[in-house]
Amino acid sequence: MSGLKDAGHLFRFAGLFVLAFLVFLVVRAYVVPKSFGEYGHYRGASIGEIAARPVRFAGHQTCETCHTDIADTKTKGKHAHVNCEACHGALAQHADDPTSLTPVKPDTLVLCARCHTASAAKPKGFPQVDPADHMGGVPCETCHNPHSPAMGSDSSTSAATGGAK
Amino acid sequence: MNISRRHLMVLLPAAAVAWKYVLAGTPEDAPNYQMSEHWWGMLIDIPKCIGCGNCVRACQTENDVPDGFFRTWVERYHRTDYHLENPEVISPDGGKEGFPVVSGGAAGDYFFVPKMCNHCADSPCTQVCPVGATFISPDGVVLVDQKYCLGCAYCVQACPYGCRYIHPTKKVADKCTLCYHRITKGLTTACCEACPTGARQLADLKNPNDPIHEFLRTHTVQVLKPQMATGAKAFYNGLDGSVR
Repeated sequence: MSGLKDAGHLFRFAGLFVLAFLVFLVVRAYVVPKSFGEYGHYRGASIGEIAARPVRFAGHQTCETCHTDIADTKTKGKHAHVNCEACHGALAQHADDPTSLTPVKPDTLVLCARCHTASAAKPKGFPQVDPADHMGGVPCETCHNPHSPAMGSDSSTSAATGGAK
Repeated sequence: MNISRRHLMVLLPAAAVAWKYVLAGTPEDAPNYQMSEHWWGMLIDIPKCIGCGNCVRACQTENDVPDGFFRTWVERYHRTDYHLENPEVISPDGGKEGFPVVSGGAAGDYFFVPKMCNHCADSPCTQVCPVGATFISPDGVVLVDQKYCLGCAYCVQACPYGCRYIHPTKKVADKCTLCYHRITKGLTTACCEACPTGARQLADLKNPNDPIHEFLRTHTVQVLKPQMATGAKAFYNGLDGSVR
């Protein structure tokens, strides 16, 4: 063992390395979040955090649980596949507590024109009108029921109330 | 209440399963959602898009997207006879308020292309993140852990589709989450919910009953920039070769 007689400084140095490594392990265990690496090289808990964000659009299934009359009108018409909140806006707050938020009835002159204003850029089969030429400022719901827009398709309900009886 | 030994043996495993949700929080909040049972994508039907901008507005409402930034946007392509290779593309304010009217008899043809995160299976943006803040979840959605993100914007540069941005106030990377907070609750995304023509449809590629499988079999469907082999899961029906 005489060869190691003068190697004391090397052992002290090695000891320092081991100590530094232990400190690194302790700090890492403290700093790295528990869920890191649960599914991959990221914090697994973040998936749950993103999933926990609040919902703004309730979804048409939720609307239809209460507004069955409108849902019935809609399924018969051309707008059967246009979801409620496509026109009425995000209403999850109304769905959670109907008294907390009363939806504003959309202005059909603005709303309908958004989709149905004639433009050569739109697909040819899509129903389009020139608003000035078609009705000249008369609100669309005077003649068309927005929930079932074909004229005369739903005479049992008043068009002006949007199909509500 | 009398419980026989036989009943107890039946109840114990059920209780063990339920305990996981008890630990996770209140039972109402613990969803029956299993990440391993889904693989999410999106179907975008270009011939159905009318460029109304409903999806862009819905996304902004649902996800608090700041003005001037977009998680989804709509582009209008104009191809003339002489410029098939260099189409004219416009997207005024992301198409949020629709597009300028084109009068009849205009030269060439037009079509709308909704754009969003493609939720790539082999995503370039997740590969470059130096801190593990962005990742593809086990159910195939590319997400950003905003508590971990440094805001270095490496991923913004890496995305070949331009779908990421640095949030102006949070100063971290932000992008489409495929409405992860909605799809895990059994709802569809805000853009799909608001689309009046069904041009966008959420697709679960692991669900054998999802109509996406029938659609992919019967239509000519392409992804954007297939040559980049990103494994993009936004499937475009009727995609023109001029779309970049």
